[in-house]
Amino acid sequence: MAGHATTPQEGLRVDHHFENADQQYQSAKLGMWVFLATEILFFGGLFVAYAVYRSNHPEVFIFGHHFLDKNLGALNTIILICSSLTAAWAVRAAQLKQIGLLKLMLVLTMLCAFGFMGVKAVEYNAKWKHGLLWAGSYDPHLDHDEPITESTTDEELQVPGAEVEAEVASQAQRVGDADLVESEVVSESTVVDAPTDRSNIASAAEGPTGLAGAGEHGPDEHAIDIEPANAQTFFSIYFLMTGLHGIHVLGGIGAFLWLLWCAQRGDFATGHFTRVDMVALYWHVVDLIWIYLFLLLYLIE
Amino acid sequence: MAEAIEKSVGAGPGGSDPDTDNYLTHGKGVLSWLFTLDHKRIGVMYLVAILGSFFLGGVFALALRTELWTPGQTIMTADTYNKMFTLHGAVMIFLFIIPGIPATLGNFVLPLMLGAKDVALPRLNLASFWLWLTGATVAVASIIIGAVDTGWTFYTPYSTTTTTAVTAMTLGAFILGFSSIFTGLNFIVTIHKMRPEGMTWFRMPLFLWGIYSTAIIQVLATPVLGITLLLLVAERTLGVGIFDPSLGGDPVLYQHFFWFYSHPAVYIMILPAMAIMSELISTFSGKHIFGYRFIAWSSIAIALLSFLVWGHHMFTSGQSSLTNMIFSALTFSVAIPSAVKVFNWLATMYKGSIRLAAPMLYALSFLFLFAIGGLTGLFLGSLSTDIHLHDTYFVVAHFHYVMFGGTVIAFLGGIHYWWPKMFGRMYSERWAQVSALLVFVGFNLTFFTQFVMGSHGMPRRYYNYLEKFTVYHQASTVGSYILAVGFLIMAGYLLHSLVAGEKAPANPWGAATLEWETTSPPPYYNFAHEMRAGDPYDLDAMRWDPATGGYVRKDPSSVLASSGEAG
Repeated sequence: MAGHATTPQEGLRVDHHFENADQQYQSAKLGMWVFLATEILFFGGLFVAYAVYRSNHPEVFIFGHHFLDKNLGALNTIILICSSLTAAWAVRAAQLKQIGLLKLMLVLTMLCAFGFMGVKAVEYNAKWKHGLLWAGSYDPHLDHDEPITESTTDEELQVPGAEVEAEVASQAQRVGDADLVESEVVSESTVVDAPTDRSNIASAAEGPTGLAGAGEHGPDEHAIDIEPANAQTFFSIYFLMTGLHGIHVLGGIGAFLWLLWCAQRGDFATGHFTRVDMVALYWHVVDLIWIYLFLLLYLIE
Repeated sequence: MAEAIEKSVGAGPGGSDPDTDNYLTHGKGVLSWLFTLDHKRIGVMYLVAILGSFFLGGVFALALRTELWTPGQTIMTADTYNKMFTLHGAVMIFLFIIPGIPATLGNFVLPLMLGAKDVALPRLNLASFWLWLTGATVAVASIIIGAVDTGWTFYTPYSTTTTTAVTAMTLGAFILGFSSIFTGLNFIVTIHKMRPEGMTWFRMPLFLWGIYSTAIIQVLATPVLGITLLLLVAERTLGVGIFDPSLGGDPVLYQHFFWFYSHPAVYIMILPAMAIMSELISTFSGKHIFGYRFIAWSSIAIALLSFLVWGHHMFTSGQSSLTNMIFSALTFSVAIPSAVKVFNWLATMYKGSIRLAAPMLYALSFLFLFAIGGLTGLFLGSLSTDIHLHDTYFVVAHFHYVMFGGTVIAFLGGIHYWWPKMFGRMYSERWAQVSALLVFVGFNLTFFTQFVMGSHGMPRRYYNYLEKFTVYHQASTVGSYILAVGFLIMAGYLLHSLVAGEKAPANPWGAATLEWETTSPPPYYNFAHEMRAGDPYDLDAMRWDPATGGYVRKDPSSVLASSGEAG
C-alpha cells in the first residue's frame, strides 16, 4: 500500500492515535465503505417495500409510471453520471495537489447536483399541480384539458434535452440558478408540446425505443385510462424513494461545499486527499442509487 | 506529532503517579468530559447514561409487577398499564441493552486490549454518544406528550392509527439506531486497522471477536430498522399505504421489516455478553481458554445466522407452512454455535482452579440462566408448540432469561471485572457476593414462575387475569422486589468503592490480555510503550506480586513492541 501514488504523502497531520498516515487513510477508507454498506441497506428497505408492493399490485406500477417523465429522468441520470466523473476527477486533482483544478471540479460537481435538484423540483412541481401525491394527499385532477404528464415523443424533446446536456457539460462558467432556469424552460416547452389526447400519451410514454414492446397490445393501451385501485401508493413509493435520495443529494452538496471551503483554506496543499476521496465515494453511491431508481420507477413495464 | 509523543511519555507510569495523572484527572470540568475524544471517558459517560436508562426501565418494570399483584386494577388504569409495558420495553431495548455492553465496556476496553491509544475514529465515537443523548431525549420526551401504548415493537396497523406519541418514540429509536451504527462501524475499523504487533486475527482476545461480530450486525441490520421506523413515521404523518391494507399494503410486511432488524438485534445483545464470558471463564478458572477457534468462529456463525431467522416471529401471522418450516429449521441451527460456546466454557472450567470472585459468580449465573433461556427458545422455535405458547408469558420468560439472565448478568460480570481498571478502586467483595446471590434468586423467582403460567395459558401484555394465576403473579412480583434490593445493594457498594474503595493494582485478576498491562486507572494515552501482543490466554505468564497486591508479568518485555519507546 505504502509508496503508491494514491497514498497520502508525508507532511500532513497524523492524529495522535495512528502510527502513520497510511494507517489513518486506510481506517478512514474502511470506515467509509462500511458506512456505504449501511446506506445500501437503508435504501434496501425501500427497495424491498417496492418489490413486495409491486409483486402484489403490478397494475398500480404500470399505471403510475406513465405519469413520470422518462426524458427528465434520463436527463437527471446523465447529469449525475457527469457529476460522478467530475467527483472522481476532483480526487485525482487532490492527489496531484492541483488545487485550482480541484476547486473547479468541486464546483462542477456541485452545479450538477443543483441541476439535478432543479430538474427534480420541476418534476415534483408538476406532480403537485396534478395532485399526484402520496396516498394521504392524493387528489388527482385528471379530468380537465391540461395534460397529465410532461411526456412527449423523443423527437419533441430532443432539442431542448440536448441543450441542457450541453449546458451541463459547459457549466464551468455558469451558476446553478441558470441551470435550474434552463431546466424549467425545457419542462414548460414540453408541457406545451404534449399531446392532450390520453391514448396518445400512453403510446408516447412507451417511447420508440422498444423498451415496452407489449405496449402495442390491447390491455396496456388502456392502462392509463382505467385507474386501478390504490394507484396512489405508486406515488407514495415514488416520493419516498426519490425524496430520501434527494435528501442524500442535498447532503452531498453540503459535503462538497465543505470540501471547497477546506480547499480554499489550503488543507489539500499537502496532498492530504482523504476527505475528497471519502466524499467522492459517497457521491458515487448516491449516483448508483439514482440509476436504480430511474430503472425501477421510470422505465418499468 | 511531537507534542503527542511528549504527552504520551509524560503520562506513562514511569513518568508520573497514576493516582494523580490518569484519564479521570486529565482535564477538569464538565466540558472536558462532554467534548472529550478519549474512548475511556466516552465509555464512562455511556456507562452513566446507560445505567440511568436501566434504572428508569427498572422502575417501569417494578410498577408493572406491582400492578399485576391482583387481577383488575391495583395501582394504575389499563391505559397506563399499556403505556407502562411499552415504555419498559422501549427503554430497556433501545436505550439500555442494545448500546449496553459495546458502548460502555466495548468503548473502554477495546482499544486497551489492542494496545492502542484510542478507537480509529474518535470524533465519530463522540458523535455516537451525542446521538445517543439526542435519541434518548426524544424517546423519553414522548412520555410527556402522551407516551406510547403499542408495545415496543410498534406493530401496524395499530401503531399507525393510535393517537399516542408513536412518532416521537420511533424518531427517538431512529436516532438511537445511528448511534449504534457509528459505534459498530468504529469498532470494525479499529479491529481491522489498529491491532498491535503480534496480534493476528486468531490471537485476538475473544472479547474482540464477540464485539466484532456484534459490530457486523449493528452495521448491517440497524439501517433496516431505520428505514422501517421512517416508513412508520411517513405512514402516520403522510399516509403512504405500504403497511395499510385499505390501500393494498401489508401490515405483516412491517413485521418482516421490524424483525429483520430486531431479531439480529437480539444477537447484538447476546454476542457481547458471550464475549465477556470468554474472558471471565478463562481468567477465573486459571486456565487457557478451551477451543479458542471454535468460540471465535461461533461468534461469526451466530452473527450470520442471525440474519436468517427473523421469520420465526411470524409463525402465527399467516406465513406459508413451507416458509415456517425453513425458518424453524434455521432457528434450531442457531443452537449449534451457542452450544459450542457453552461447551467450550465448561471445558475451560474443567480441572481449572476456579476462584469464586464476583465476576465469576455472574459468569456461573450466566451459564445456568442462558442454558434455560436458550433451550426454551427451541420450544418456541418448533412450529407446533409455538402455536400454544406464542404471545404467552412463556415468551416473556424466555426472552428475559436470554436478555436479562444472559446479557445483563454478563454485563454485571463485566462491570465487576473491569471496575478496578476503570476507576482504580476495588469494591467490597463480600457485598458483591450478597448482591449477586440476591440478583440470581430474585431473577429466577420473577421469571421462572412466568414459564409456568405461560405454559398454562396466561397471555402476555394482559392487564387482567384469571384467579388461578394469582399465585404465580404474586411470586413473580416478590421476585422483582428481591431483584431490586440486589441492585440497590450493588449501587451502594459500587458508589462506595469510588470514594472509599481500596486502591486497585494494575492487574487484580491475573488475566493476560493487554488492558491489564497499564495502570488502574489508565493514563490518558493508555500505554507508556508501544505494545506487542502474545497469547491472550497464557495465564502462566503471570505471577502474583505481594508488593502490589496484584499480578505482574513474569517477563514484562514480552509485551513491549520491538520498536521500543512510545510513539
